[in-house]
Amino acid sequence: MNKFVGYALCVLALGGMIGCDKQPLPPEPANVAPAAPVAASAPAAPAPTQFTPPAESEIPQNEYGEMVLLGKNIFANTQQHAKAYVGNGMNCANCHLDNGRKADSAPLWAAYVLYPAYRQKTRQVDTIQSRIQGCFLYSMNGKAPALDSKEMTALVTYHYWLAKGAPTGVKLPGQGYLKVAKPALTPDMARGRGVFENNCAICHGANGEGIQARGKYAFPPLWGKDSFNWGAGMHRVDTAAGFIQANMPYGLGGTLSDQEAWDVALFMNSHERPADPRFKGSVAQTRDTQHDENCLYGRTPEELTAVLARKAAAADEAKPAPEQREGLSPATSH
Amino acid sequence: MRSFISHTFTAVVVMAASSAAAAPPSIVTQGNGAALACASCHGVDGAGNPQAGFPVLAQLPPAYFAKQIADFKAGTRAHPVMTPIAQAMSAEDAESAARHYSSQPRPKAGASTVDPAVIARGKDLAINGAWGRQVPPCFKCHAVDGLGVAPAFPAIAGQHATYTVSQLQAWKTGARNNDPQKLMKAVAENLSDDDIRSVAEYLATLGSRGKENE
Repeated sequence: MNKFVGYALCVLALGGMIGCDKQPLPPEPANVAPAAPVAASAPAAPAPTQFTPPAESEIPQNEYGEMVLLGKNIFANTQQHAKAYVGNGMNCANCHLDNGRKADSAPLWAAYVLYPAYRQKTRQVDTIQSRIQGCFLYSMNGKAPALDSKEMTALVTYHYWLAKGAPTGVKLPGQGYLKVAKPALTPDMARGRGVFENNCAICHGANGEGIQARGKYAFPPLWGKDSFNWGAGMHRVDTAAGFIQANMPYGLGGTLSDQEAWDVALFMNSHERPADPRFKGSVAQTRDTQHDENCLYGRTPEELTAVLARKAAAADEAKPAPEQREGLSPATSH
Repeated sequence: MRSFISHTFTAVVVMAASSAAAAPPSIVTQGNGAALACASCHGVDGAGNPQAGFPVLAQLPPAYFAKQIADFKAGTRAHPVMTPIAQAMSAEDAESAARHYSSQPRPKAGASTVDPAVIARGKDLAINGAWGRQVPPCFKCHAVDGLGVAPAFPAIAGQHATYTVSQLQAWKTGARNNDPQKLMKAVAENLSDDDIRSVAEYLATLGSRGKENE
C-alpha cells in the first residue's frame, strides 16, 4: 500500500515515470495516461503511458539503419530472410502483428525493455538474444541462430530501435498478449469448432492447414507439420485466447467474446503439431517437467480443467509479494 | 456477324498471346442469347475498362467469381447492369467464365499520372495498414503480391482505381454487403475518403504477373 502511494507521488513529482528508479512491478496496465489516485484508500493503477514505437520512415539512412531494416525484413518474411533457421511455414509477424509493433500482440518494444529476466521456462536468466533463440526453436520449429550471427544482430537491432525512448525494466501497456478472463463456461471443443468454422476457416483453411498462394503461405497454418511446435507459447490455451481475442480476425479484433476466444483456442490447440524439442522419455514425463501450464499436451480438456482447478487452489495460498518478483519475466508464454 | 468475327479474331489473338490451352467459352465471347457476352464489357482477356468502371476480372479465383455471379442472381449483391446479366446466366455459364478469367494474366499497368505522394500513401496502407485504427494491410489477406488468395480473397493488384474506389465506398456505406464475415465492411469503415483514393491509385499501378516476376 505504501509502495503504491510512494510510486504515485513519484509520478506526480516528476511528471512521468522516467526518473523513478525504484518501482514495484506495475499492476496490470490500463491503456490510460497516469492518473493521480482519488484517495489514499483507493489506489489507482499508476500505469505507464501507452508507448508508441518510431515510424518506419524514421529508420536512419546509415549502417545502423540498414541493420534495423534487415531485422524488419527477417521479422516480416522469415521464410525468405532467415530460411536456414525456420522449420515450418511461419513468419515472426504471424504472431507479432504489424511487424512487432502492435500492442497486445507481443510487441517487440515491450519485450526488449524486460530483458534480461529470469524465466520459468528455461530456468535461467535469459537475455533478449536467448529469448529470440527460443522463438526459433519453438514457434518457428527451427534452430537457433548463433548469438553472433547476422540474423541475430539484425533482429536485436530491430527490437532496440522499436524500443527507442521506452523506459527500461517497466512492463508497458500492451506487453505480451491480452490476459482474457476465465470465461463462465469451461472451454469446450464443440463450441470451439463452431467458432473456428464461422470465423477462422476462411483464412486458415477448413483443417487449420493455412492457405498458400503461389507456393507461399498467405495465411499461416494453425496446426499440423508447418505450424508452431508443442513448445511454443501459442500452444497454451490462455495465451492463444489472448492473442485471438485482441487480434482475430484481421480488422475485427475484440469482436469475439472471451468465451469464444477460449473455446476456439482450446479447439486450435487440441490438434497435432510438431514435437516439443525438449521431449524426453514420454509425453507424461515431458509434460511433468516442461508443461506445468494451461495446455493440453496429452491431456483431455477435462483433465486439463481438473489440473487447473487444483493449481488455482494452491496458488491462492502462496502469492509472492511484488518486490520479490523483480527481474522475473511477466511473460507466461513461451 | 461482324462482331462475331471480330470477337473470334480477338480470341485467337489472345490465345496466341497467352498460349491458353482452350478457346474462350461462348458465354465470354458471345453470351447465351439472354445474357450479354462477358467480353463486351470486361474484354476476352478480362482487362475491363477503367473509364466505364468495368473491373479487371483476370486472375480472380474461380470460387470468388462464381460467388459474385450467384450473389448478383440472389440479390445479395446489386448492380443495374450485372444483376440482369447474372440472372440470365446458368451455373455452367458462371463456371466456364470463372475458369476462363482465372487463367488470364493480369493486364499490364499503364504509366500513372497521379501525384507520387498519393501513391506512396496508398502503398503504405496496402503494405503496412494502419493497425492503430483497426486497418490491416490489404496484402495481409489479398497476398503479398495483391494477386489474391483463393478461394475467398480476390486479386486487387492492377485493378482500376475507379472500381476499387467505388467498391470500398460501397462497403463503407453498406451498399455492398456480400463480404464474408463483414471483413471488408470492418476495413472500409475505418478508411477515410483520402485513404480510399490513395490505396486505389496505388493498387492500379501494380502491373501484371508476368513470367519475369515468378
